[in-house]
Amino acid sequence: MPKLYTFLKYFFVILWACFVIAPFLWAISTSFKDFNSVTGGATYIPWLQFEPTLDGWSVLFKPGSQGGINIIGPYFNSIFVTLTASLISIVLGTLAAYALSRYTFKAGFVKNNDITFFFISQRIMPPVVLSIPFFLFLSTLGLLDSLAGLILVYIVLLMPIAVWIMVDFFNRVPKEIDETALIDGCNPFQAFFKVVLPNSVPGMLVAGLFCIIFGWIDFFFAFILTFTKVQLLPVKIVALNSSITPWWSLSAAALVSVAPLIIVAFIVERYLSKGNLSGALK
Amino acid sequence: MNFKHKYVFLLPGLIVLIGILIFPIIFTVRLSLSGWNSFNPGLDFIGFKNYVRLFTDDPRFWQSFFRLSFLAITTVFLQYIIGFALAHMVWKDIKFKRFFRVLFLIPMMTTPVIMTVIWRTFFHESLGPLNDFLSIFGVQPPWLSSPSLAKVSIIVVEVWQWTSFMFLLMLAGLLSLPKEPFLAAAVDGASPFKKFIYVTFPLMAPISIGAIIIRLIEASKIMDTVFVLTSGGPGTSTETSSFFIFIKGLREFQMGYAATASFTYLIIMIISLTIIVKVLTKVLMRE
Repeated sequence: MPKLYTFLKYFFVILWACFVIAPFLWAISTSFKDFNSVTGGATYIPWLQFEPTLDGWSVLFKPGSQGGINIIGPYFNSIFVTLTASLISIVLGTLAAYALSRYTFKAGFVKNNDITFFFISQRIMPPVVLSIPFFLFLSTLGLLDSLAGLILVYIVLLMPIAVWIMVDFFNRVPKEIDETALIDGCNPFQAFFKVVLPNSVPGMLVAGLFCIIFGWIDFFFAFILTFTKVQLLPVKIVALNSSITPWWSLSAAALVSVAPLIIVAFIVERYLSKGNLSGALK
Repeated sequence: MNFKHKYVFLLPGLIVLIGILIFPIIFTVRLSLSGWNSFNPGLDFIGFKNYVRLFTDDPRFWQSFFRLSFLAITTVFLQYIIGFALAHMVWKDIKFKRFFRVLFLIPMMTTPVIMTVIWRTFFHESLGPLNDFLSIFGVQPPWLSSPSLAKVSIIVVEVWQWTSFMFLLMLAGLLSLPKEPFLAAAVDGASPFKKFIYVTFPLMAPISIGAIIIRLIEASKIMDTVFVLTSGGPGTSTETSSFFIFIKGLREFQMGYAATASFTYLIIMIISLTIIVKVLTKVLMRE
């Protein structure tokens, strides 16, 4: 019985690993093809089955006037919007989560849990429901097609995640820490910034990682709320899909855009194996 | 503790969130009572006409809603089974443990629309690798142009993308379990199967509920995959609620009607998610 289990375990794990890796291998192979090798049917191994070229890759870094796609601008836009919105969400979310974890709020029937639920429940909202009013809201403010407008929207998207993770985290940080600081003569702000915050770095890093992931992978808001002046990476790449699809540069662009977050996978795994994530994710 | 400080901590976040959201929500409700479309843009008041039309005269909306329910429940169910199984398999002794863990985490880090663009080439009828492989068996299924296979393709992509998130939550849960119950089970000489049924699964029940709820919420928003992979097609056979609202509001510019659909959909979602939470809590927590 245990032998059979071990066999099935390895079989299933390796099978899933192949499934996970398949689209990446396909994309890597396709990114080195040209028109003829793509339209000639599915091929996989360079040199053996098709003659590899670097066209798919070089076109990414040429400006549009030379027939390139130029994803560098959108790349930095994506990084800027994701990081800024994550940072703001973490700051506001951490403060709110600390209040919700340490103090009691009561306004009529609304209590702490209801406020926490209100924050988290924003994730229920489908992006498309918000997109129409946001569109008109941002155009009233003159923020349509601008980085600031996108950041504003992304805060709504990301703050619930930060609050969700941080409330849970603070509930696990012993209350004695802040109480000792208060007895020592700190006011509540000093106690928070000097004592609690330094102890909360692991939780904030996890919350930050999740904000970055969910900010980076968003497509829909960027698609609806920006046009030409500001473009984010996913929108730029999907736009390639609608024309006569150049699979090679599409694959190369997809790989470039996916690469930075692969590093996040390594960081998350480190946290998991050290046991730091288990507390923050429940 | 001091009374005033708590508001200084809470209010910045709360005000920003409400400030950004309050306008859209009120506006959606107001818009749903208007006949705003491309010929007649403006907030006139037409009462509940849109709601009457939605409830009595629009099978397409309800079809898209049931399709969404089907897709969300199927994909989350598969993600839970596979994610839990994978987490259980790499939880303890397995060779290359950390390699597999990293690998299984990767899909959730990738942008859904971008990976779906790749999947679209993968499923391509004549040039894709999938049909190239299947041609060994002499079949070339039309993955994206047959109504039923298009749903299968969407399920495959969704499961590929989000099983890793389920895997992460379940593995984090498994790693946080206390050791004592397992030692007790080992002393009693329980078989691995019994250990799972009587120890691991009950201990994981609260985490399972949380993970399933989070995934159901996210899955109910399926949009990116459908948008790139099939654009709701062939016909309307893969159209979900989000996509229906997108077509009505931002393609046909029937803003008022789209707002009606949005608001109705939101209310249904909140009610059904509350029921699902209650039912799941009852079923999984009975031990």
